[in-house]
Amino acid sequence: MERPVTLHVDGTARKLSVDTRTTLLDALREQLAVTASKKGCDHGQCGACTVLLDGRRVLACLVLAVTCDRSEVTTADGLGGSGSPHPVQRALLEHDGLQCGYCTPGQACSAVGMLDEAKAGWPSAVTEDPRQNVELTEDEIRERMSGNLCRCGAYPNIVAALREAIR
Amino acid sequence: MIPFEYRRAEDTDSAVAAVEEAPRAVFLAGGTNLVDHLKLGITAPEELVDVTALPLDTIESTPDGGLRIGATVRNSDLAASPPVRERYRALSLALLSGASAQLRNRATTGGNLLQRTRCPYFQEVTTPCNKRSPGTGCSALHGHNKNHAVLGASDSCVATHPSDMAVAMAALDGTVHVRSSRDERTIPVTELHRLPGEQPHRDTVLERGELITAVDLPPLPEGTYTAYRKVRERASYAFALVSVAAVLRVANGVIDDVRLAFGGLAHKPWRAGTAEERLRGAIPEEATFREAAEAELSVARPLADNAFKIPLARNTLGAVLRDLTTEVLR
Ligand SMILES: Cc1cc2nc3c(=O)[nH]c(=O)nc-3n(C[C@H](O)[C@H](O)[C@H](O)COP(=O)(O)OP(=O)(O)OC[C@H]3O[C@@H](n4cnc5c(N)ncnc54)[C@H](O)[C@@H]3O)c2cc1C
Ligand code: SF4
Ligand code: FES
Ligand code: FES
Repeated sequence: MERPVTLHVDGTARKLSVDTRTTLLDALREQLAVTASKKGCDHGQCGACTVLLDGRRVLACLVLAVTCDRSEVTTADGLGGSGSPHPVQRALLEHDGLQCGYCTPGQACSAVGMLDEAKAGWPSAVTEDPRQNVELTEDEIRERMSGNLCRCGAYPNIVAALREAIR
Repeated sequence: MIPFEYRRAEDTDSAVAAVEEAPRAVFLAGGTNLVDHLKLGITAPEELVDVTALPLDTIESTPDGGLRIGATVRNSDLAASPPVRERYRALSLALLSGASAQLRNRATTGGNLLQRTRCPYFQEVTTPCNKRSPGTGCSALHGHNKNHAVLGASDSCVATHPSDMAVAMAALDGTVHVRSSRDERTIPVTELHRLPGEQPHRDTVLERGELITAVDLPPLPEGTYTAYRKVRERASYAFALVSVAAVLRVANGVIDDVRLAFGGLAHKPWRAGTAEERLRGAIPEEATFREAAEAELSVARPLADNAFKIPLARNTLGAVLRDLTTEVLR
């Protein structure tokens, strides 16, 4: 069953008709040819499909496109705005925070979401006292980024990159 | 996936009516469990009624000093909300130990309570499973059952309920508000989920079409401490093997109030009433914690692969009570 939706993808309004069964990930990749977000598992288990939906990091493989009418969707392509890389993306490059690169767009979107969450004072499972505000230590970064798997095991460099991006 | 209709409900009356009218319509909240199940073929609804636009997304203090948590509040917002962090720490910790940041940004209070088991046979539609297809048998009973139940299971189903949040809410004496087109009712969190018995296809006592609108938490008296501890196979982004939520108050050197719930051990959050009884009025010390845990777990029945859960649960309960006691006495 087809439904018209408008998605604001990386700053551009895109009108399209989606089957109610289509995920946001498939709408982006298959219908809009926005392929930055990757399909790893398609079941919420890897984080490769992470995008910012109205500013929050979510898994595009578990969101139905029909629910996103008029939403802002930011993929790794749009993180920096106007075609330039976001500081998080630059840090990932500088620190070799990738090998095959398949998980990287998801890592980048997730990291940007993480920075906003930390700025808003959200605690994580390793925050010593969740009543206190947070400092993004290495442990905090690892915990907050645990929803993004990397098959190549680039974790040490991803953490190093994110530590720099925070500074 | 078979085609389905999609409707965004604007008010609770129309949401409830929509699901009641269509025999195979279901509520859609964050979708982190339901969308997965649509893909896996576990469920094939004819209509999804999206509840996320309903005015159920607030966290408010109740007149008695407790907290009312709306059904569509996102798990991440709930974990970060000041009253939860300050007054119901076990709930914040339980939420933060569940899933990943991306999932918590979508997952809702109602959806989290009603998420279904992660039993791999339930999720694999080519295998027999009484919960998914009543009467086909339980593949886990004599299959791979490391993650399965040791308390309250039946030969029909040995699945566990996967929620962390629900375990904390069970220990905190939460109450679920539910409404249908006919009436409204409240159900203690501890009575929302069922034991499998002969009807494992029914996870909860809810009737079809009933909408969860909120969860209330009663106030905690001054001097009450709460904690949540989760044991799993990797440090993050994994379901619990065993978890413990605890509420403790010590007065004049003895335990004055204690409420305990286990996760990962049963088809529902397991409120440890026997252990609580042993502990109430006792001096908080290691030997007593152990005895109480052992009394609670004396009815545990392990399967071929999960006997480890019994000592793990005992030790985890002991560790949580020890940590809380240290905190209380500090
Ligand atoms: C990889 C992965 C790891 C995870 N790890 C954990 C973990 O460690 N701990 C944990 O606790 N959880 C974990 N989860 C599960 C996650 O917490 C749940 O998927 C989530 O809480 C479900 O909420 P939702 O709003 O997305 O529900 P949905 O998927 O939208 O709905 C779930 C069910 O609830 C029903 N429903 C939703 N809202 C209502 C309502 N208001 N009234 C009546 N019915 C309703 C729906 O019809 C559906 O049947 C994990 C999930 C994934 C994918
Ligand atoms: S344990 Fe329950 S959910 Fe798992 S296969 Fe058996 S009946 Fe199905
Ligand atoms: S593709 Fe979405 S989490 Fe793996
Ligand atoms: S760089 Fe290859 S999966 Fe992460």
